[in-house]
Amino acid sequence: MSEARMQPAQVSTQPEQAGLSARDREAMDSKSPEVPRLLMDRTKLMMLCFLGSEVVFFGLLIIAYIYYQVKGIQGPNAKEILNVPRTFVFSLFLFASSGTIFIAERFLARKNHRMFITWMWITVLFGAIFIAGQVWEYTELLSDNITMTRNLFGTTFFTVTGFHGLHVTAGLIVLSIFTVLGMLGDFRRGHSSALTAASWYWHFVDVVWVVIFSLIYLIPFFSQS
Amino acid sequence: MTNIPLVPEATKPLPKITDQSGLLTWVASVDHKLLGILYILTSGFFMLVGGIEALLMRIQLGSANNTFLSPAVYNQLFTMHGTTMVFLVVMPLLIGFGVYLVPLMIGATDMAFPRLNAMSYWLFLLGGLLLYYSFVSGGAPDVGWFSYAPLSEKPYATGLGVDYWALGLLVTGIGSLAGGINFVVTIMTMRAPGMKLTQMPMFVWTTFINGFLLILALPPLNAALVMLLADRQLTAHFFRPQGGGDSVLWQHYFWAFGHPEVYIMVLPAFGMLSEVIPVFSRKPLFGYSFVAGSTVAILLLSLLVYGHHMLTTDLGPVWNFFFGAASILIAVPTGIKIFNWCATMIGGKIRFTTSMKFATAFLLLFTIGGITGVSFAVVPIDWQSNNSYYVVAHMHYVLFGGTYFAVMAGTYYWFPKMTGRMLSEKLGVWHFWLTFIGFNMTFFIQHVLGVAGMPRRVYTYPKFAGWELMNLISTIGAFILAFSVLVLIINVIISLVRGKEAGDNPWDAWTLEWATTSPPPVYNFDQVPPIRGRRPLWDLKHPEDPDWKRREPDRQRSTEE
Repeated sequence: MSEARMQPAQVSTQPEQAGLSARDREAMDSKSPEVPRLLMDRTKLMMLCFLGSEVVFFGLLIIAYIYYQVKGIQGPNAKEILNVPRTFVFSLFLFASSGTIFIAERFLARKNHRMFITWMWITVLFGAIFIAGQVWEYTELLSDNITMTRNLFGTTFFTVTGFHGLHVTAGLIVLSIFTVLGMLGDFRRGHSSALTAASWYWHFVDVVWVVIFSLIYLIPFFSQS
Repeated sequence: MTNIPLVPEATKPLPKITDQSGLLTWVASVDHKLLGILYILTSGFFMLVGGIEALLMRIQLGSANNTFLSPAVYNQLFTMHGTTMVFLVVMPLLIGFGVYLVPLMIGATDMAFPRLNAMSYWLFLLGGLLLYYSFVSGGAPDVGWFSYAPLSEKPYATGLGVDYWALGLLVTGIGSLAGGINFVVTIMTMRAPGMKLTQMPMFVWTTFINGFLLILALPPLNAALVMLLADRQLTAHFFRPQGGGDSVLWQHYFWAFGHPEVYIMVLPAFGMLSEVIPVFSRKPLFGYSFVAGSTVAILLLSLLVYGHHMLTTDLGPVWNFFFGAASILIAVPTGIKIFNWCATMIGGKIRFTTSMKFATAFLLLFTIGGITGVSFAVVPIDWQSNNSYYVVAHMHYVLFGGTYFAVMAGTYYWFPKMTGRMLSEKLGVWHFWLTFIGFNMTFFIQHVLGVAGMPRRVYTYPKFAGWELMNLISTIGAFILAFSVLVLIINVIISLVRGKEAGDNPWDAWTLEWATTSPPPVYNFDQVPPIRGRRPLWDLKHPEDPDWKRREPDRQRSTEE
């Protein structure tokens, strides 16, 4: 009958680990031999699944852009109206922010809390500069009567870059919350899977911009005709 | 480190969660069991609404040149009926069963993200209300459940109906997407100690795969919907030929979602069947790995075949051939499942409870739906029968004869677990036969109507077409079907009040949800039994002959002497 012995319910299946003390959390994290090693932390896995769906979402918006470019667009197009050098400078800030959040995480791992907070704010600042650049660009385009309604370039351009901008803004809000929580004394343990997940999101938003920037700005800028 | 107490001493007794059964418990709860029941009840309510819409249409079609409904109202009704049934009934119903059962079946206390789970439910409800608000705002959408552009664009659909349609689906879509993520993470990380992926109940497997489908298939819908909303609200040009847009792009995006959606609406039903049939045949599921493997195959194939909804769009012979061939291929994994269920029943000691009756009827009806489905994949047949009642008959055999019958099998099977009381088998007999007869009377004849040339989505037809008698039969069938739903509701109410007490495990089943009380306590399990095989409760009850001691050929052996 030894197989029929009842085992206690798994500890780590407690819902919502929030509200537990740091000591409780550490007890949960310790690997009991009976608990099989999980494939992955649930927060990170959730972020991976979410990013998977985001890849499809952005992929389809970008395919729509490419489709209409190939099909041929009447009226103003990327080559004539986009200020590529200026957007490139602002893009550098977004690209750099991927590096700064990486540095912030390294400081967190070394338990250098002050530097962690500093580099998180730098990340937020760089992201905000990028958004400011996008606002500047949109204002100019709109005042030149380049709108969603003007032609298919406007339709697809504002949809693709607009959704990207929304994602950057959402990321800024999330990162700011994390940073403020850090200033209030959270993340002292040197590791937070929620923060890692947020940084993955931030890298993803960055990678999407690499694709969008190459496609919408660089290719027309360097093409001959 | 000083020993400061981590929690301050309570000055008054803590409230017991079980004490509270008021409204606030239902509105504020993040418990997966309450949310699962809320999902099921809400989609049940929407099913009544969608059913009434269907009945109104059937009354209109009951005789030739009928004037019961105006064409405009008829268009709104078939649009709302389709949208309601797909997005507000079948999807949330299956997600609801998943939310209720998956944590119990894997021995967990809740979903991985309980609050996200609650958010998914409330988004679903909000989306449904947004969709139905369109009636108040001056006219429901009237462009069909797939809202083909350019008909769905501003010049042709001037009211706000389509906007509410798009907004409502966007909101429920985000909720379902979050639900899919929650399923995948829960099943990956929350399984009880020792439960391998290959030991999960089959319903957990299909819900797992369904989670991936939700993650991959909802974004195309969301992308298409935001483009449609941009077109309508910001006068963009995505799908408007006047501005250079391409309305066929809408079809691509919509069906890139729409076909996986078909499997989102049927995979968990397959899972329910794979739980019900073994228990009532007293045998383990035949070919477990093939059932799970074919589910994965369906996941992959379903993402490749959406073009068969567009065989009449003129994609060219190469694409038509590709999508036709891929669609025929998808019959293989589905067929494997049918064979596995039949093989499970063969040689078993079958108990024909109401649940098992519905499961057996599923095998018959879903196979009919599957065969007509394969016939559509043959391109010339599709050209001939597209947009006829043959299509209507096919999809109702798959979704009603398939999913609905499986859900009913699951309802009779799990109702005792959810409520602690058995559904009446006496009323169940009536319910089953009324459903079976009503369903076949309504929809079988529509195959003939379709071949005879009756198009779908027309509000009436002339007398000389000769469709009147068949339509009348279909209408009478629909009312029998409606009556069967009434019997179900009466059965549920009576059984809730004075049904037989269920006990922990009324069906002598083998999966973990039966290891706890009925209904389960808030924390689900006092103790999770050890898991060394696919049927932990069998192992617990038969320590002399547990599954994990048997050699492979013996695993399929009937387990009841």
